[in-house]
Amino acid sequence: MRRLFHSVSLAAGAALLTTGAANAVDLTIVSWGGAYTASQQKAYHEPYMAANPGVTIINDDSAAEGLAKLRAQVEAGNVTWDLVDMVASDAITACDEGLAMEIDADKVLAPAPDGTPASQDFFDGTLTVGGTNCFIPQIVYSTTFGYRTDKVGSNAPTTIADVFDLEKFPGKRALEKKPINNLEWALIADGVPGDKVYEVLDTPEGVERAFAKLDTIKDQVIWWSKGAVPPQLLADGEVVIASAYNGRLFNAIAVESQPIAMMWDWQAFDLDGWVIPAGAKNLNAVTDYLYYATDTQRLADQAKFISYGPARKSSAPLVGKHADLGIDMKPHMPTDPANAKNVLQFDYVWWADNRADMDERFNAWLAQ
Amino acid sequence: MADTGSSAAVMTTSDGIPLKVSLQRALRRSRRRAFFLVLPLLAFLTISFVLPIFDMLFRSVDNTIVPQNLPSVVKAIEDWDPKASELPSEAVYEAMVKDIQIGFEEKTLGSLARRLNYDLTGSASLFRKSGRRASKIEGAPYKEQLIEVDEDWGDPAIWNLIKRESDSLTASYFLSAVDMRYDEQGDIAMQPDYQQIYLKLFWRTLVMSAIITGLCILLGYPVAYLMATLPLRTSNLLMILVLLPFWTSLLVRTTAWIALLQTQGVLNDLLVAVGVLSDDGRIRMIYNQTGTIVAMTHILLPFMILPLYSVMKTIPPSYMRAARSMGANPFTAFVRVYMPNTVAGVGAGSILCFILAIGYYITPALVGGQSGTLISNFIADHISVTLNWGLAAALGVILLGLVMLLYVIYDRIVGIDNMKLG
Repeated sequence: MRRLFHSVSLAAGAALLTTGAANAVDLTIVSWGGAYTASQQKAYHEPYMAANPGVTIINDDSAAEGLAKLRAQVEAGNVTWDLVDMVASDAITACDEGLAMEIDADKVLAPAPDGTPASQDFFDGTLTVGGTNCFIPQIVYSTTFGYRTDKVGSNAPTTIADVFDLEKFPGKRALEKKPINNLEWALIADGVPGDKVYEVLDTPEGVERAFAKLDTIKDQVIWWSKGAVPPQLLADGEVVIASAYNGRLFNAIAVESQPIAMMWDWQAFDLDGWVIPAGAKNLNAVTDYLYYATDTQRLADQAKFISYGPARKSSAPLVGKHADLGIDMKPHMPTDPANAKNVLQFDYVWWADNRADMDERFNAWLAQ
Repeated sequence: MADTGSSAAVMTTSDGIPLKVSLQRALRRSRRRAFFLVLPLLAFLTISFVLPIFDMLFRSVDNTIVPQNLPSVVKAIEDWDPKASELPSEAVYEAMVKDIQIGFEEKTLGSLARRLNYDLTGSASLFRKSGRRASKIEGAPYKEQLIEVDEDWGDPAIWNLIKRESDSLTASYFLSAVDMRYDEQGDIAMQPDYQQIYLKLFWRTLVMSAIITGLCILLGYPVAYLMATLPLRTSNLLMILVLLPFWTSLLVRTTAWIALLQTQGVLNDLLVAVGVLSDDGRIRMIYNQTGTIVAMTHILLPFMILPLYSVMKTIPPSYMRAARSMGANPFTAFVRVYMPNTVAGVGAGSILCFILAIGYYITPALVGGQSGTLISNFIADHISVTLNWGLAAALGVILLGLVMLLYVIYDRIVGIDNMKLG
């Protein structure tokens, strides 16, 4: 009798344990940290966890090495991440190498409130960047320019050519330490029309021309590789003009009230979004989360905390005021028509082909 | 007695086993026990350190990705002569279509495309484009259809590359790591001027590490000397001053240097305030080689002072007194008696500093700018940004080789037995 009781209680205990495990899920979500993860935490993670008490979301801030670490995890056959935040070009690579799961957007993602399927509601082509379909965009961000209002005097820089004009705007610049965007900007500043940039860059003479233009400001440039650096360099007065991610500049201007203003001419658009690692263990929970986190309202909510444009058409009208500062966020979005007069569209295919070459060439050029 | 003992009766223990055997057995047992004690550590080191490193280093020559993803092409292309300046046969094209179709299906084409793109710009998009379109090719003629998909398939360059890289081992990463490449004829040549970088970087890494080590000796020697000779109370205070920064986070110390050295930083402000510099003439002390050298010297200084101190502490003061009593002036006594006694400490400190400096990466990344970054920054870059792990591994192997070489040279000159860490 006692033995029977013992085994029954054991079985009950085991049953309790397994049901407990089935309900409680830890989702490891990898993102960029800082203000960006904070905006995701407030817009998606917290409301989702409130609605699903069994789910705990763990933030991992290693998105900067996301692709490398994801590749290592997949190769080792031990994928511990559930969702990874990536820029579009990395997502393309992940998809091409079979590191990311392909998704059927209309099945996995929520339709717009008016019933428009997800594939129609996200900005055109963003769900299928570079001919892949592993990528679920959340935001459109841009790399653009900030300048010190107190150092440039009364004439503020207005065009990309001003960035390269050391006579009109003497002083140091900060640029991102990679050829991407810099080569394009150099060509535009040198007089190439924006829509012909990649055509020109595809020829050896074009590359030569871009580097020659960069040469003209080379000894006045401080190169950055972490997004937090350029606003800091501006705030310190180390540089007069700096390329930076628009959200970081917004933070320095609106939140920290630094004497900085933005110059949107030929801002370089890029996308950032989710990728599900191939072999992710909590697939059901992840897709459930994704359905929630990428719907129209949630993407619009994120714009309350950071000045990145939501990737859905239906979210745009819902973008309102900053959650703490109460300022209207629309004029700070890269997608705002006033800011998006001249926009550089990143050519993923060209860079996929030429990245290795250009990187080496750029590094050698830097070292000279 | 000794004679009869050794020739007649072998000494035995109480159970009749010869003493020699018994002793050896006991020794072996204790040795085995000692070995079992270190076994967990050994296993841990092997699994978590040695094997992964070898696995990583193996990537510098590993090329299985090509034969694995293009199995039929690799077989079919064997007979094709790349020098014959004509395209491969229909059979090779057929194999290529088949392999592309399978690769597209199994999503392995992407990694292959990236691998080949390292050697031939444009391969990435060639394969990506072909993957989608070649799935529609059903029958002969394969050659014409594939060239129709992309005219690059009619260019011998891509076939040359595939033929060359069809082995499961490759030298191309190592070639890139020393600024070389295969030219169009398949011969090894130097990279074009505007793309040569790694040899320069290796040289810069060595030179800067040597400078930093030299500065560490220069700055560390007097401090260690003071610590070893001053009364305990004062020398303890000095010791704390050496150790306190040592215990502070590396990142904190590096960012502190940024605050100090930048153009609008403390030091420049001070110089401007004193009137040494004009406001427009501020010196650039960071985001260049100077920044790296200053910050790294500061960070590596304790690694020089501590071994120096431990060696100097053991030098009896009577040596100097003896030298003085024999008529040497203080300088001669110091140079001819004291300094030779500290060689072991200088050697140990130098090799520590040098090897640490050669592999440093976070500090140069933060304060190095374009001219102050070291080879390890590029290795990190190839691992986490460009994802060219093969090239990163090749650079790592060369760096490892350099360190070994230096170690051997050090052993020849100073002798590794002379190294004293404590």
